[in-house]
Amino acid sequence: MNPWSLAWTRFRRDRVGLGSFLIVLLYLALVAGAGAGLIARGWEKEAGVSYAPPSFVGRDFKAETSANKNAERQGAHEDSGIVDPLAEDLAEARRSLSGASAAEAKAVTLPFGADKWGRDVLQKTIKGTQTSLLVGFAAALLAVFIGTSLGAFAGYFGGPADDFLNWLYNVFTSIPYLLLILAVAAVLGQKGSLTVVLILGLTGWTGIFRLIRAEYLKHRVREYVQAADAIGASHLRRMFVHILPNASHVVLVQLSLHVVLFIKSEVVLSFLGFGVGVDTVSWGSMLAEAQSELLLGNWWQLASATAAMALLVTAFSLFTDALRDALDPRLK
Amino acid sequence: MLAYLIRRLWQFVPTLLGVVLLVFILFNWIGGDPAYLLAGKIANPEQIANIRRQLGVDQPYYVQLWLFIEQIATGDFGASWATNEKVSAIFATRLGPSLTVLVPLLLISTLVSMGAAMLAAYKRAAWPDRAIMIGCTLGQSVSILVYIIVFQYVLAYQLGWFPVQGWGSSLAENLFRYSALPVIVGVMVSLAPDTRLYRSFFLDEINQDYVRTARAKGMSEPRVMWIHVLRNAAIPIVTNVMMQLPGLLAGAFLIERFFSIPGIGREVILAVERSDFPVIKAVTVYVAIATMVVNLAADLLYKAIDPRVQLK
Repeated sequence: MNPWSLAWTRFRRDRVGLGSFLIVLLYLALVAGAGAGLIARGWEKEAGVSYAPPSFVGRDFKAETSANKNAERQGAHEDSGIVDPLAEDLAEARRSLSGASAAEAKAVTLPFGADKWGRDVLQKTIKGTQTSLLVGFAAALLAVFIGTSLGAFAGYFGGPADDFLNWLYNVFTSIPYLLLILAVAAVLGQKGSLTVVLILGLTGWTGIFRLIRAEYLKHRVREYVQAADAIGASHLRRMFVHILPNASHVVLVQLSLHVVLFIKSEVVLSFLGFGVGVDTVSWGSMLAEAQSELLLGNWWQLASATAAMALLVTAFSLFTDALRDALDPRLK
Repeated sequence: MLAYLIRRLWQFVPTLLGVVLLVFILFNWIGGDPAYLLAGKIANPEQIANIRRQLGVDQPYYVQLWLFIEQIATGDFGASWATNEKVSAIFATRLGPSLTVLVPLLLISTLVSMGAAMLAAYKRAAWPDRAIMIGCTLGQSVSILVYIIVFQYVLAYQLGWFPVQGWGSSLAENLFRYSALPVIVGVMVSLAPDTRLYRSFFLDEINQDYVRTARAKGMSEPRVMWIHVLRNAAIPIVTNVMMQLPGLLAGAFLIERFFSIPGIGREVILAVERSDFPVIKAVTVYVAIATMVVNLAADLLYKAIDPRVQLK
């Protein structure tokens, strides 16, 4: 039986791991759907009135208070006692305005409420999931690629290559992670999903490098590598065809760990305004909007983004734990 | 011991040079010409040439690099581009507020997470362990931003238990009035990852032979845990706490920004927002030096509290 099917057998027995894997798959399906334009297509549209509350709270929540305010305002007008020369024009304008909004028929409530511009928070959350998850995955792939290649070279060749790459590792790790990210963000000075991927990927490879290097140090003296040498396999072939499969469980677990880490970092970067551009939405930019909305008592955007992120991160972390257990060769 | 210290200090040199080179490449090369940034949208070529001359960016790269090394050695990074304040003065005035929040934060979060980790490790696989571990997983899944936003809104804005933000002039006022909520938020954020990590340290120790021996001798459970296990597990915990400090200094920027604490982290954010390169360069280089020094100090401390450790 090959090790992957063994791992799958072990993984299948882990109910928590399997459940969280299904949730992760569900998220991936959402992302695929949003990417193909099947769902959350109209997230930019003004679907409801500004700050429409979630349907399960009911329309009375905000509508009443704003209706009261309008009534007060009109009362104040009547009190003034001076004839308003523009009164008729104003009344006309107000009538046409209310007519216009009635014609558009904006929803008073939406499933998860609306933001300041009347956009559907549920669709925004799905679109934000797409951005955050894709950025997290792409950055993790980049970091794992850099970390694995450098770690393989350092561990396999040793000597000056190892010294140089270790020096690079020391340089990168002596600058605290968040400070390094911010410094790179300051220098690049432009927004966009690709920029975030580059920032996170180019700074986040150090942990993987260390682990992969240790794996290669261990494996390069094993008999099977010597045998490969004896039959004339080149260095690159020995590194990536013979040794890499034996270190692939480390790579896979690290990839999974870094997706979670980078999703969290992307949220912070986007919140601070160094992340994705204004034409897209991510959980971080939703939280940035939600901060001021909360002061008005509009909690739904905060709750939606937080819940979507918490569920994914929890599921992904549990999945990573299960993956590590299933792939651990010592448990065979 | 002395030989070890000298060798380690000597090893700082290439790493530090690397950091300097990295920062230099980032800001002087990839960062582009700062003159256009400083001159603003409306500038004629003479003004730009003037600014370039003032900053020294009209010089060849090796001269610029030498200027940068001089700046680091003398500690004189010139003035901030945004506020014209001396960068050295920014450091001196911002360190105090940062430490006022960070020291209590580290102390409290270490004590609480050590307690939780010890309980979880002692009751491993029973319900207290499960409850703590589930709490940790859930706690880690929520963004630090949400902790700050919700705590600030509920505890300060709605209930009025704490000031929403601000900073005073006396230490006592800052420590007990303005730092209280930032410290609570910081503890909430660091509790989950710290407890997970420390639990694994405790578990490593609990499975050791000396614990079995102590139990076999008929030693009471509290004595085994508090005297034997705690002392041994404390070694990696203490060094872990020390190594967190430099990162926190710059990493607590979210807390400092939300609560308007005039610390180093907030200065970094402001500098990044304003593309204020001298400040970011100075912070990056000095925090990197601090990290190296603290790592060395942690190794020495390791040796001091655990006589079995051999320094190589």
